[in-house]
Amino acid sequence: MYAQMVTSEATQDDPQKLAQFQARIDAGEKIEPKEWMPEGYRKTLIRQIGQHAHSEIVGQLPEGNWITRAPTLERKAILLAKVQDEAGHGLYLYCAAETLGVSRDELTEMLLDGRMKYSSIFNYPTLTWADMGAVGWLVDGAAIMNQVPLQRTSYGPYSRAMVRICKEESFHQRQGYHIMMKMAQGTEAQKKMAQDALNRFWYPSLMMFGPSDKDSVHSAQSMKWKIKMNTNDELRQKFVDQTVPQAEFLGLTVPDKTLRWNDEKGGYDFAEPDWSEFFEVIKGNGPCNTERLAARNKAWDDGAWVRDGLMAHAAKKRAAKLAAE
Amino acid sequence: MTDQTALFEYLLRLGDNTLVLGHRVSEWCGHAPVLEEDIALANTALDLIGQTQMWLGLAGEVEGAGRSADDLAMLRDVWDFRNLLLVEQPNGDFGQTLMRQCLFDAFHFELLTGLTHASDDRIAAIAAKALKEVTYHLDRSSETVIGLGDGTEESHRRMQAALDLLWPYVGEMFTPDAVDDAMHAAGIAPDLIAMRARYDARLKTILSEATLTKPDSSYAQSGGKTGFRHTEHLGHMLTQMQWLQRAYPGATW
Repeated sequence: MYAQMVTSEATQDDPQKLAQFQARIDAGEKIEPKEWMPEGYRKTLIRQIGQHAHSEIVGQLPEGNWITRAPTLERKAILLAKVQDEAGHGLYLYCAAETLGVSRDELTEMLLDGRMKYSSIFNYPTLTWADMGAVGWLVDGAAIMNQVPLQRTSYGPYSRAMVRICKEESFHQRQGYHIMMKMAQGTEAQKKMAQDALNRFWYPSLMMFGPSDKDSVHSAQSMKWKIKMNTNDELRQKFVDQTVPQAEFLGLTVPDKTLRWNDEKGGYDFAEPDWSEFFEVIKGNGPCNTERLAARNKAWDDGAWVRDGLMAHAAKKRAAKLAAE
Repeated sequence: MTDQTALFEYLLRLGDNTLVLGHRVSEWCGHAPVLEEDIALANTALDLIGQTQMWLGLAGEVEGAGRSADDLAMLRDVWDFRNLLLVEQPNGDFGQTLMRQCLFDAFHFELLTGLTHASDDRIAAIAAKALKEVTYHLDRSSETVIGLGDGTEESHRRMQAALDLLWPYVGEMFTPDAVDDAMHAAGIAPDLIAMRARYDARLKTILSEATLTKPDSSYAQSGGKTGFRHTEHLGHMLTQMQWLQRAYPGATW
């Protein structure tokens, strides 16, 4: 998911306050920024929302890679709008995180020096135009699985950010699928690109949900706090069940020979991704980790003079205004 | 030159300016100095690409040879492009990008204002729609040029360098040729000489607030809008922009 393996923080608060807090959550109330909350709740949310925000920002890069090569003016405009939406999602999410007492600059620095992570999926390269289809269809499709339930999360600002984000994400997924349809119905070369994109993005998309967490204590705490709404396995199953018929409609083959419908459970049986690859990507050894972080660091470092210049100008204007009063 | 030929050429100029600049600005996506700027740059690029679809769409219609806006964008070579040299200049640093934007926006604003009165309703309608967007582009680029010009010592130095670098490309915008004259005579295009006076007045205010100095030269590079001699930069842009259409001819996307 956009926030993977966020372990919940231990909390050492007054048991009575904790019980009252839990009662509010159980009653479906939203927690707002100025209200009391356990330290563990606050810290876990900062990590989760921060990681989600970083994923949106780093996630601009693999798709930005194709904006200048989009095949038509309309495709270029749609892709630009989509990547712009992602920057906007990053902005809402950083704002939501700020209500918990951490600034956007602090979070950014933690991303840039590697203290905070972003989703593993954005460390994979986008090699053909079909990858723009696959990213929208599979990656945004997987993200939606998690984000739709998060609209009901207990923390007010996060929940409201999710409502806005979900509206745009479903448009993203549809445009991705539309690209795949065009490719799958296109020339032989286009069909080949579409199948190749599915081959490369299938398992990394399954990894987005994170390893099985059904026995994880951290997940149980996050679920109790309604920061996490479903287990990783539940979401992954739902994603596979939704995506397989879509692949069939496109005439593409999911790269999993073990994939079959299981009548008993009412869902597909499917192969797990290679979790050792996942942990390597999380550690920084994915195909594009180095480039992605280098690109973000370069944007930040090259932009320092711009941020300083605009701040200095704003300060001069404030001073001039004060002097005039 | 017949009126139809001049009109086609003129529409290519309008559409190629927005196409080439939109493409350049879109190169920033994901790499801007701050998130708000990333969003604003993408927004500007999107507006310009949208305007391109309208201008080149109309150009194709006027030409009557069955070419769509995409055909014109993706399947012409450098010598057939009619954009100003200014807009094909590389992005450079953020200051250079915003200086290029401001120098173009101030021209674009005056041009579109004039075109809203065009005797051709189709052109007037596109201009009216585009003008709303470009009014915002100009506000933003001029404010940023002012902010960075009058910011720190370093930002001032970089903005002055950007202005010095791009200044030789300003003149081409206002130098009328046979196409401009024919369009002006047909009641479509505004008078470029009168536009220059308004442009200079606006620029003077912006540069003065930005504490920047207008270069003491009126030398103007030319050859973009006639297609006679583009800079070396355009060909590289086209190899990237047109690659898929060239590599897989006839495919639909």
